[in-house]
Amino acid sequence: MAKKEYAFYPGCSSQSKASAANLQTSVAAMCKTLDIKLTNIPDWNCCGASIAYAGGGELERAVMNARNFTLAAKHLPGQDIVATCAACWLNSRESKDKLDGNPQMLAQANEALKEAGLNYQGSAPVRHMVEVLIEDFGYDALKKPVVKSLAEIKFAGYVGCQTNRPFGIAGESFENPMYLDQLVESMGGEALTAYDQKVTCCGGALAFSEPDKSQKQIRDIVEAAYDQGADMLVTPCPLCQANVEVYQSEINRKQGTKFKMPIVYYSQLMAVAYGSSVKAAGLDGHIIAPTKLQQIAAKK
Amino acid sequence: MQALRTTGHQGIPAVAARYRNNFLKEVEAHVEDGEWVKMCMQCGVCAGSCPFGPHWEHPPQEIFMMIRAGKRDEVLKSDAMWMCTSCYNCVVRCPRKLPITQIMHGIASYAQELGLAPKNQPTRDFSIQFWNNCTKTGRVNEMKLTVGLYFKDGLVSGIKQVMNMLPVAIGLIKAGRLNPFELISGHSPKDQKGIAAMLKKARAIEAQRAPATH
Amino acid sequence: MADNKFAAYLCAGCGLGEVLDFETLEKVAKREGKMQVIKRHDFLCSAEGVQTIRDDIANEGVTHVLIGACSRRAKTDAFDFPQTPMARANLREGVLWVVAPGTDHDEVRQEMADDYIRMGCAELKKMAVPAGNPDCASNKRILVVGGGMTGLTAAIEAAETGYEVLLVEKQAQLGGWAAKLHKRVPFREPYAEPQDTGLAELIARVEAHPKIGVHLASTLAETAGAPGRFAVKIATESGAVTQETVGAIIQASGFSTYDLAKLPELGGGLPGVVDQAGLEQLAKAADGGAIQRADGQAVNSVVFVQCAGQRDETGTHLPYCSGHCCATSVKQAMYFKDANPDVDTVVLYTDLRMPGMGEDFYRSAQTKGVIFTKGKVSTVTAAGSGCNVNFRDLILNEEVTLGADLVVLATGQVPNSGVNIDLVVELATEEQASGDQAPAEATPVATPVDLPPSILNLTYRQGPDLPQLKAGLTDSHFICFPYETRRTGIYAAGPVRRPMDMLQATDDATGAALKAIQAVENAALGRAAHPRSGDLSYPIVRLEGCTQCKRCTVECPFGAIDEDERRFPVFNESRCRRCGTCMGACPVRVISFENYSVDTVGSQIKSLDMPDEFSERPRILLLACENDAYPALDMAGLSRTLYSAFVRAIPVRCLGSVNTIWITDALNSGWDGVMLMGCKRGDDYQCHFVKGSELAHYRLSKIDDTLKQLSLETERVASYEVAITDSQRVAALINDYAETIKRIGMSPMKGFN
Repeated sequence: MAKKEYAFYPGCSSQSKASAANLQTSVAAMCKTLDIKLTNIPDWNCCGASIAYAGGGELERAVMNARNFTLAAKHLPGQDIVATCAACWLNSRESKDKLDGNPQMLAQANEALKEAGLNYQGSAPVRHMVEVLIEDFGYDALKKPVVKSLAEIKFAGYVGCQTNRPFGIAGESFENPMYLDQLVESMGGEALTAYDQKVTCCGGALAFSEPDKSQKQIRDIVEAAYDQGADMLVTPCPLCQANVEVYQSEINRKQGTKFKMPIVYYSQLMAVAYGSSVKAAGLDGHIIAPTKLQQIAAKK
Repeated sequence: MQALRTTGHQGIPAVAARYRNNFLKEVEAHVEDGEWVKMCMQCGVCAGSCPFGPHWEHPPQEIFMMIRAGKRDEVLKSDAMWMCTSCYNCVVRCPRKLPITQIMHGIASYAQELGLAPKNQPTRDFSIQFWNNCTKTGRVNEMKLTVGLYFKDGLVSGIKQVMNMLPVAIGLIKAGRLNPFELISGHSPKDQKGIAAMLKKARAIEAQRAPATH
Repeated sequence: MADNKFAAYLCAGCGLGEVLDFETLEKVAKREGKMQVIKRHDFLCSAEGVQTIRDDIANEGVTHVLIGACSRRAKTDAFDFPQTPMARANLREGVLWVVAPGTDHDEVRQEMADDYIRMGCAELKKMAVPAGNPDCASNKRILVVGGGMTGLTAAIEAAETGYEVLLVEKQAQLGGWAAKLHKRVPFREPYAEPQDTGLAELIARVEAHPKIGVHLASTLAETAGAPGRFAVKIATESGAVTQETVGAIIQASGFSTYDLAKLPELGGGLPGVVDQAGLEQLAKAADGGAIQRADGQAVNSVVFVQCAGQRDETGTHLPYCSGHCCATSVKQAMYFKDANPDVDTVVLYTDLRMPGMGEDFYRSAQTKGVIFTKGKVSTVTAAGSGCNVNFRDLILNEEVTLGADLVVLATGQVPNSGVNIDLVVELATEEQASGDQAPAEATPVATPVDLPPSILNLTYRQGPDLPQLKAGLTDSHFICFPYETRRTGIYAAGPVRRPMDMLQATDDATGAALKAIQAVENAALGRAAHPRSGDLSYPIVRLEGCTQCKRCTVECPFGAIDEDERRFPVFNESRCRRCGTCMGACPVRVISFENYSVDTVGSQIKSLDMPDEFSERPRILLLACENDAYPALDMAGLSRTLYSAFVRAIPVRCLGSVNTIWITDALNSGWDGVMLMGCKRGDDYQCHFVKGSELAHYRLSKIDDTLKQLSLETERVASYEVAITDSQRVAALINDYAETIKRIGMSPMKGFN
């Protein structure tokens, strides 16, 4: 298969030593195996995330994203823009829909972009990495490079919100998307399809501002994984990963639970299945170690 | 209690200006996606789909009805919209396809703009901090954001929160996912000047829109 | 019977041959069933198998055919010998597929099959081919009563299909309610704006149509006869009467608006309050301009109150939802918004019901700025020159007072159904009871003043108008048979049938026109109308045995039976639906059909080889309604749902046709129990003949006395309501009942016959 090239929008949390640095590590490993070339959009900026709404107005948030699109179109013409972060993908797509569908907003955005010496004239689509995997490769193609079976691990697929709503992956339902389970199965793992907190909200940004309310959500998400006998959760979303992993100790402290449920990225389990080491799969980047996956990665 | 308001209608005595369209029109003019508010059909699916549903003073369905009923202050001063986690569950389930998440953000943002949003609303504070943080250089500085958040209520409470979360923070630092040196300097795009100018212009354009009534 | 030759054809296909002992079956058919020809075939429904039967009929003088194969409901195209009486022994769905497999059950399975052969032979001997209705008439003209949207549509649809139409309208002009509308709710894409009613064009088409004759300012003074030969007297206001003959009738007499004066709490009578009809009048007057009140006052704010005097649970007002009023209010709110977007329009509703493409229309109104508020209105009071609407906001959960220049009450539709004949019959009965043995009138008794005038003035024994289902609506079977009424050849369409909007009314009119066409075509051939369409049998009465008890004339659900001057029943075959309710009612058993009679069933009941009291092999008779229960049994078989092999099922046309003699005969012959399965009765009945299952239930309530006389347990007779979807349940009911019989023990009545 020929090399596939994409304009990559890593997002703030995927930068080195940022909260989802290990997502980026594992994505790089996974892409290497699949012969995907990701080229960072030069000088990209933050998408504004969902939570910035009270600080930045509609237009300000839109121009932040328009700047990224314009840079991508300029430096990486013809390449689809790919994001790995759910919020980056969602906010970019939302802004792009508005810019492309509203001539007045487009004109105003360009007026602002002019100050940065740019002009937005449309761009390639903004896609999530999972879309690339499923649509440009397909499960069968993703299965081919597998060298290590994950057969001994039971994964509860935690899709979360923003990879799933409001856009979601084409052909999947909002209430019960199956792609994560199918990815797990393609890598030889056991997908716990009856896991019922698949699309529950972890609290998102409100994990910081409303910790008690969010931790109730996280408790449900983790508890249901235990109920299913899961070895670990798997997710596509950096904020879901961080919230669910980081706050388990808080919940334990406050509520006397003994949660220690690892949560990994789909790209990590794919990297391991493709033969990556613990380090290359970013498995050294966890507070709750995904021991079973680490063991497989460490096996020669 | 009968809710009685005055109106200038055809010699009708002191009776509600309620269920007139004044506030609805204001929302349509000033709130992001506000023109959708009138399309709500009051099914309540949004209220039942919200992960933070029980914590809303008024669920979206009620907010929409309150807007139509002209309850301006009650809506804009409410804590309700600030409960939105941006999970978009209401959006995908709404049979009328209202962009409810966006409207909630829009109303919250409008309330903030008018200075009516509740003071010390933690999500409001975080939202503004986040925007300031990410626009300062053009990318988020997670370390500064976290520290800023914990110390927003002062040193003592900040230290307390830091102490609680310290093991986690140390874990993250060990895992290579939190960088204390970001307090001094973090990631940033090169063209910070351009970004700042661009945002300044965008803000100026937004401010030109029809000023808020009332 | 000298010329009769009875033949049994047994099919060994579908696995029957592997499981049943055909030699025994043949022996039973020959020795007990007295069949003169017995043939076995491995694939009887094949062309070749069927040809064997045809050849025997044509060449061997076979006059009666028993098919021992699958259910009578299967392979009806193959086993179709219209000139030959035929019985079907149900060995496949009734035995093979429902008795537990395995050799352990060979004996009971074979007994069951043997019995079905015995029963089939017994039935066959009592059957004859229906000779056809001697009284059929072939007038194919269709009378439409009512010249509103429904009637006009029915008339044009029937005429365009090629049938002559007579249209009778009470008013001096056509149009009815539709003529009073400014515009109608949209019925075409994009369902966003009120539309022209299209009435003028429709009236012009009707008036110009060569096949349609219109009588204005006219009513029906009398309707007599039957499908194919209704004799109607059309009276004009001036008193002139024209006599006409028609084949079928469509009653599209429409509705009246609920009287505003009955709603004083909602401001009925205030100058600032109108109903929807009143608003149409104002809108018509404004003709697209600003709508003013009747007193000339401008309207800057208008509130629509939905469900005014409707969906009332207190019994004071209309109990039902009229279906159209939500869309009508949306339309009327648009009248205001389209003329002036600054007029405040608020619709107060508890549930907005927008059927069809109404959601698009609703959204369009929201886009125009009509405010919809979920609220329950308690009162509307005068306030200055306007009104205050006091309501509870059901979303914000508070009491609110809202001022308005004009309040529009969405009142409901009251059907123009004419006389409630149930009321008249009650009055007649009372009068008879108090009077001194006065002979019963063939026509209804004096009508009290407060009854509305009759629409049809039928000369039927059972009253002058269509029977009403509930709330004055002349609806029929609520699920399956729209337009059908309980008067054969007379179809109700539009809001007289059930509340509806204009689009539904025009659909209704088209459906009723087709039903009327079917009716005249069937009547011309002497065939039954729905649900036994095509049946040529009809009730034959042996008048010399009749005791003039009038049960048949009273109980016939379709008013098919009148009485002559000596109080003997007069059967109008064309009005008959062939349900057999009269047969079930007759205490002296003088009513029968050629292919379905007290004997065809009774002889089956008596044909069994009854095991003795100590055999531990009880026999349970199951009389199953052919409309729902018997198909459900077949479907149980189809899904291989097992049930007791002690049951023997006999299909009946309707539980109403079950004559209690069958039950007493069965108990006397040593049957251990009798199950009856029929359709649901009551207000939400599913009986295909409306009253059949209810009458059967009533008759069965008297059976306990019989059981006591025989010193039998009351459990020996049990009746069940069964729906066609109950295939699993029928099996469970049979098994439970078999357990009951096991518990109470075998009948002591064995061996006496």
